[in-house]
Amino acid sequence: MRVLAAMSGGVDSAVAAARAVQAGHDVTGVHLALARNPQTYRTGARGCCTLEDSRDARRAADVLGIPFYVWDMADRFHADVVDDFVAEYAAGRTPNPCLRCNEKIKFAAVLDRAVALGFDAVVTGHHARLGPDGLLRRSVDEAKDQSYVLAVLTREQLDRSIFPLGDSTKAQVRQEAAERGLAVADKPDSHDICFIADGDTRGFLAQRLGETPGDVVDATTGAVVGQHAGAYAYTVGQRRGLHLDRPAPDGRPRYVLSITPKTNTVTVGPAEALEVSTVRATRPLWTGGPRPDGPIECEVQLRAHGVVVPAAVTVDGDTLHAELRRPVRGVAAGQAIVAYRPDPAGDVVLGSATITG
Amino acid sequence: MAYLDHAATTPMLDEALEAYVATAREVGNASSLHASGRRARRRVEESRERVAAALGARPSEVIFTGGGTESDNLAVKGISWARRAVDAGRIRVISSAVEHHAVLDAVEWLERHEGAEVGWLPVDGAGRLHPEALRTELAEHGDRAALVTAMWANNEVGTIQRIGELAAVAAEYGVPFHTDAIQAVGQVPVDFAASGVAALTVTGHKLGGPVGVGALLLGREVAAVPLLHGGGQERDVRSGTLDAAGIVAFAVAVEAAVKGQQEYAAGLAALRDDLVRRVRQAVPEVVLNGDPTDRLPGNAHFSFPGCEGDALLLLLDAQGIACSTGSACSAGVAQPSHVLLAMGADDDRARSSLRFSLGHTSTTADVDALIAALPGAVDRARRAAAPRTPR
Repeated sequence: MRVLAAMSGGVDSAVAAARAVQAGHDVTGVHLALARNPQTYRTGARGCCTLEDSRDARRAADVLGIPFYVWDMADRFHADVVDDFVAEYAAGRTPNPCLRCNEKIKFAAVLDRAVALGFDAVVTGHHARLGPDGLLRRSVDEAKDQSYVLAVLTREQLDRSIFPLGDSTKAQVRQEAAERGLAVADKPDSHDICFIADGDTRGFLAQRLGETPGDVVDATTGAVVGQHAGAYAYTVGQRRGLHLDRPAPDGRPRYVLSITPKTNTVTVGPAEALEVSTVRATRPLWTGGPRPDGPIECEVQLRAHGVVVPAAVTVDGDTLHAELRRPVRGVAAGQAIVAYRPDPAGDVVLGSATITG
Repeated sequence: MAYLDHAATTPMLDEALEAYVATAREVGNASSLHASGRRARRRVEESRERVAAALGARPSEVIFTGGGTESDNLAVKGISWARRAVDAGRIRVISSAVEHHAVLDAVEWLERHEGAEVGWLPVDGAGRLHPEALRTELAEHGDRAALVTAMWANNEVGTIQRIGELAAVAAEYGVPFHTDAIQAVGQVPVDFAASGVAALTVTGHKLGGPVGVGALLLGREVAAVPLLHGGGQERDVRSGTLDAAGIVAFAVAVEAAVKGQQEYAAGLAALRDDLVRRVRQAVPEVVLNGDPTDRLPGNAHFSFPGCEGDALLLLLDAQGIACSTGSACSAGVAQPSHVLLAMGADDDRARSSLRFSLGHTSTTADVDALIAALPGAVDRARRAAAPRTPR
């Protein structure tokens, strides 16, 4: 097959490209330039789109002996991921930009362009399994598993994707990179959000949304217990950085229970008030088999690297409804709910939807 | 493999490569006083004389440098600084928007960091500068002008400027004129003295010499403040141990390129015209950019409506055809060509452009290979650029 390897400049995508070459594919490497001004994004090992990362990706492609190009996706990335990120926070939701980037950039804009140019598939260094049965499964390395942020891919997108790393642990990937003479073998993992240079999400949002002071309200008493500079800066389940004027009557810590953009209010309460047993979600996508016509028993995950709980999931038109068998704390609107079917060969992604409440 | 990117770099001539290797085997620093040093010095000075003779300059006007970018920077910054040192009011640099980045960025650097003013000369739709525009500029700002810099022939679209006429206008106002003649030497007649310019950039690897060596021809009466300080090896304007092997090979290549220029250009133009004709046949909606007649004989530059240049490049590269989209930023991201934008092209036409440049190893087989691959590539590139329905 003619395949396009998306190469971030990190160790995972370099080894994924190497494996695609070894598997006999005709591989072309592409680095995505996502920053309008690369200097403003994260530099060095933690980033995904700096000049240094671009050079690392190019060097890996050299070692593999494959053609390499840089594709400018900065405008698309800005519109579909960065602006969306800000708008979601402004609406009181908690977005996952990596998931959005997969959905709109890597497996949409990039994949579409690749297919139009005659490529059969896109190869990435995501840690997830996608076998001949077409089912998306968790990586063998559960700590590094990225099936959650890939669960938004449609059948068509999955059919044109190759994830060569799903059967390996991160340690094995690093080991292989070293054996293959790839200089990125010991490059630190990327984490956090690539377009927030200093890791200060609140500052990033404040710059774009401005300061809009409002009340922090106690859910139990209805009393105003503090002030905030903008409700958008909070996320459900958050405990730190609340700066409350008054301790709770019972002296126990309080958490963000909800954000109401309309009234610019942040509501706080005790930990147990965070517990949720019912989750509603929209835009369901079902790729792990035929769409169920009744409730099915499965497992659900409600945030990246979050806990996994048993649930009964019902898909009905444009909504998804989950009855959790065990309550979960800190379920935030805007995050994805991903349904899995437990499987000894790797838990299978059944479907996903965007949490509304 | 069809190499159609000679304007980026062209293969070394056999005689230049042999001269390089032979000289590189010899030990000797041209500044040393002993026999080995004298031998190296002799090679350098013979080369200086050969370059001077080939380009209509005096030997003392040849300053060897590390290549075109250094020569351009030395001319733009060095002459501006020297002019300003004598007359603090000479703060204006006059240039055009179609210059190579080695000139463009040096000019913008002076503006940003040294308080220079810039007078940008307009170009027409073919990328041509007009002497009247320079006259108007100098009539208004001549007393503040430090330097005029304009390229002899454009590296992207191939348009040849009327350098003699432009230099004459600058001379009327007593303003030194620098020209970047990197693409011109070997393709069109270039005579330093006859052109009336004060400074001229030439480099080795565009005409069959090695990469990393070139020269600035600098009129004897023209002062330039050095960029590099040290031993002062080159007229106290440029320091650094002389690269005898590179300089010898450079001189061999310059001499060969100038000597064979007329015949070479005629053959090259015939092949290029064939390429243009056949590209038009294969892709009728193609637009030829640059001056239709006054252009470098090896240059063919097109816009392919509905395509992105970088997609076309990828598809042609996959079939063994090497060409160029024009300018690329340091990250390798394709930018719309600043040359085409200055010529009045819109963003789409600028982004859809590709340059095919022929050189001394080009053959009809290269053109055949391009024509065989092009229609399919254009087709695919168009599909890749077509707007898609949102998910």
